[in-house]
Amino acid sequence: MATNSAVLPGAGAGGISSTGGASPSATTPRRGTRFQRGPLRWAILALALLVAFAMMIPFVIMLLNAFKSPADYAANGPVSLPSSLYFDGLVNFWTRVNFPEKLVNSIWISGAVAIGATLVSLLNAYALGIGRIRGRMWIVGAFLLANMLPQEALIYPLYYLAKQVGLYNNQWSVIIIFTVIQSAFGTYLLSSVLSTFPPSVLEAAALDGASKWQVLWRVVFPISRPTLSVLVIFFFIWTWNEFFIPLVMLIDNATQTIPVALASLQGDRMMDAPTINAGSLISLLPAVIFFFIFQRTLTRGITAGAVK
Amino acid sequence: MVTTSAPSVRSRRAAGVRTTRRSGRGVYWAYLVPGALLFLAVIVVPFFMNLYLSFTKWPGLGTPRWIGIDNYTRLLADETFWLSFRNSISMIVAMVVVPTLLGMLLAAVLFDYLGKRFNGNVASALRATYYLPQILPVAVAGILWGWILNPQTGALNVFLRQIGLDSLALNWLGDTTTAMPTVMLVMIWVQVGYPVVIFMAALQRVDPELYEAAELDGAGWFARFKAITLPQIKPETFVVTLTCTIAALKVFGPIYVLTKGGPENTTNVPSYFSYQNFFPKSQVGYGAAIATVLTIIVVVVSIVFIRAQSASERKEGI
Repeated sequence: MATNSAVLPGAGAGGISSTGGASPSATTPRRGTRFQRGPLRWAILALALLVAFAMMIPFVIMLLNAFKSPADYAANGPVSLPSSLYFDGLVNFWTRVNFPEKLVNSIWISGAVAIGATLVSLLNAYALGIGRIRGRMWIVGAFLLANMLPQEALIYPLYYLAKQVGLYNNQWSVIIIFTVIQSAFGTYLLSSVLSTFPPSVLEAAALDGASKWQVLWRVVFPISRPTLSVLVIFFFIWTWNEFFIPLVMLIDNATQTIPVALASLQGDRMMDAPTINAGSLISLLPAVIFFFIFQRTLTRGITAGAVK
Repeated sequence: MVTTSAPSVRSRRAAGVRTTRRSGRGVYWAYLVPGALLFLAVIVVPFFMNLYLSFTKWPGLGTPRWIGIDNYTRLLADETFWLSFRNSISMIVAMVVVPTLLGMLLAAVLFDYLGKRFNGNVASALRATYYLPQILPVAVAGILWGWILNPQTGALNVFLRQIGLDSLALNWLGDTTTAMPTVMLVMIWVQVGYPVVIFMAALQRVDPELYEAAELDGAGWFARFKAITLPQIKPETFVVTLTCTIAALKVFGPIYVLTKGGPENTTNVPSYFSYQNFFPKSQVGYGAAIATVLTIIVVVVSIVFIRAQSASERKEGI
């Protein structure tokens, strides 16, 4: 970046806009001065903001109408601010779907899958990436293929088998199924990460007399922890957002996850505008909060994985 | 257990430094056992059961009756089946083509233009905004959109009537002419953030000196985009188009919550069509045949993609 100042005149001539670099007010002083500060950049920014605004419209509409009474909605429409805060929609949704129960169900299922699938991925990848067992390319390929399979191609037998073993309408069926589906991806990713694991570290541990089990937990596990935490977070979010298999497997209100419970209320006459909007709002909040908490971990983990 | 590896095999193993651990290679198999058993029970067995069911007639009770390829011949004559796959193409347009092109443009503008002319936080904030629809459960997004688009009480039509545009207040999801375009717009909204994030990460990988050199040569923004950005982010473009195409072929949740495949099947897609046969109609064999065809298409598309990618990599001599 330091060389930029030297090329300033040339860049100005060949740049994007002809509206010179005359404006003295530099908003980003540490960046080089080779970029134009003309009106074009404001126009482009305005366009990008417009796209962002268009993306946000459904969320804005949701926020505006989540706490607006039905009478207010009928009189003033969807784009006005609520004339007074109305919480009946939220209360109505909360009690009708028994939201705390659904929240616990979603957290339990997603959490169990995140931990279980990461553990299975680690064991698989230990054998494939570090153990380099025979035929590992085929095995990894099979896992990758499984990850691409449409769930429809598995669902009826899974439904049938779950009924046979008494796991139908039981959260364990969903947990077991997603542990396998997510770990198929995790095995693929982690195998390639672990295949570049420094051999010298493993050899040193082996020389110290560590068994394979000890090497896994005392050497491989701590070192690959950033990648593993990314997997845990991904698996949690993916499972949280899953819809098809929970819809088929969990028919009972008491076992359902948030998305399935919300969808099952669709078309219900009692679902007025504030109920739907407040319901959508609290249903998406956990995912958004989770995303913001772990955004840093995700970026850090991804770069850590990339550097390896 | 076969632990003694022939020299030819060993030479193919990338790093030749693993001689010290050769003795215990067999032990590693044990770590694959839990994963393999689970994989067998949840993927392999159900997959072959489904394949078997696709050759039977079975209402879900009693014994499946073997009918050979009747389900498949019936499929070929079933208009809904063909319609559902034509709708898959619309889904690919809405979930792959448009988001990839739009995402590439947005990522380039954010990274290459706004990121360099404004504070870096501007670009990150915009990126987060574009990505927001991606993190919600798709069923929740569908419920929200379903309400907004409701013909009588939905926010869009109430608003249109309010400002006197009653004639525009259509039955967006209920009319055969508007249903699919409306679903496609919702899917673009859901999908566009994913390519933006991936492409922005890809652009960080590109050596800035390339751009500087091109700029010195007098290349404009679009010329640089075409000559540098596009070729440099090719691997990510492959990943995005492959994963999005698979997602588009498998799409279920949004269709379920927005339209249930209607009106008159104009938004029906293969996965929803097979679900309809499995559960509401209890035509398990027929549903299994649809799912099998969908699986074959997904696998073939993936193989074609991966082949094309490695061919283009070889051509460039990477």
